[in-house]
Amino acid sequence: MAKSTIKIRAKEKGGVVTVKMLISHPMETGTRKDKKTGKLIPAHYITEVDAEANGEKKLTAYWSGGISKNPYLSFKYDGKKGDKLKISWQDNQGQSDSLETTVK
Amino acid sequence: MNERRRLFLKGTLAVGTLSVAAGAGLLSPRAVLAAWPEAAFKGKTVEDALKELLGSAGYETSDAINIKAPDIAENGAVVPVTVSSTLKDVTEIAILSSSNPSPLTSAYELGKGTHPYISTRIKMGKTGDVIAVVKSGGKTFGTKKQVKVTIGGCGG
Repeated sequence: MAKSTIKIRAKEKGGVVTVKMLISHPMETGTRKDKKTGKLIPAHYITEVDAEANGEKKLTAYWSGGISKNPYLSFKYDGKKGDKLKISWQDNQGQSDSLETTVK
Repeated sequence: MNERRRLFLKGTLAVGTLSVAAGAGLLSPRAVLAAWPEAAFKGKTVEDALKELLGSAGYETSDAINIKAPDIAENGAVVPVTVSSTLKDVTEIAILSSSNPSPLTSAYELGKGTHPYISTRIKMGKTGDVIAVVKSGGKTFGTKKQVKVTIGGCGG
């Protein structure tokens, strides 16, 4: 299996799970020009990131080209160690990826 | 205005239309994309974006929302922003940058048990306000913080 584009770190402390993730993605706005050819680089950015814990939706993030390249996202929820956490994303070119992890 | 320049402009226009079609989900096989608030992301002003996203252009300024962002960002392509709030029943959070061509950078729907806390990195075209808008108990609250940008992060 190819290496996942998602990196997750999820830790529980005092009943609160802090989730941190990094996604490898170019996040092109579609307004930037290629310096060599002078042509516009087509828009290519993540539109949606979903986070589920034990099958329950915790966060839906709607993104645009206004989010930095190789995006970072962190959020917190009430949870416990051993929660099954699933992160998935999809972009405006129809690509997607997902990764499951266990809360430590 | 020579011939080649004309051709080039035509080319970029075509690409523009194509990406708009893709954005509208016309070229995408995923029906899920319909949930993406396209009109809000296409809004050219903060008011337009908020109106499309939350149904109201304005917001009540609140001290209960906290934006953590640098006073001066050297690189506008990567501006770390953390939004948190002490408000109860927060269902949505939006992060906007007033000086961007499309101010809405991202919007978040919070599930049950999720804290009103989002940390991410946004792009800023030039010096402007980072605006955080939070929907809590059906009302819209917001606050802003100015960030000075040395090198812009949108195009160029």
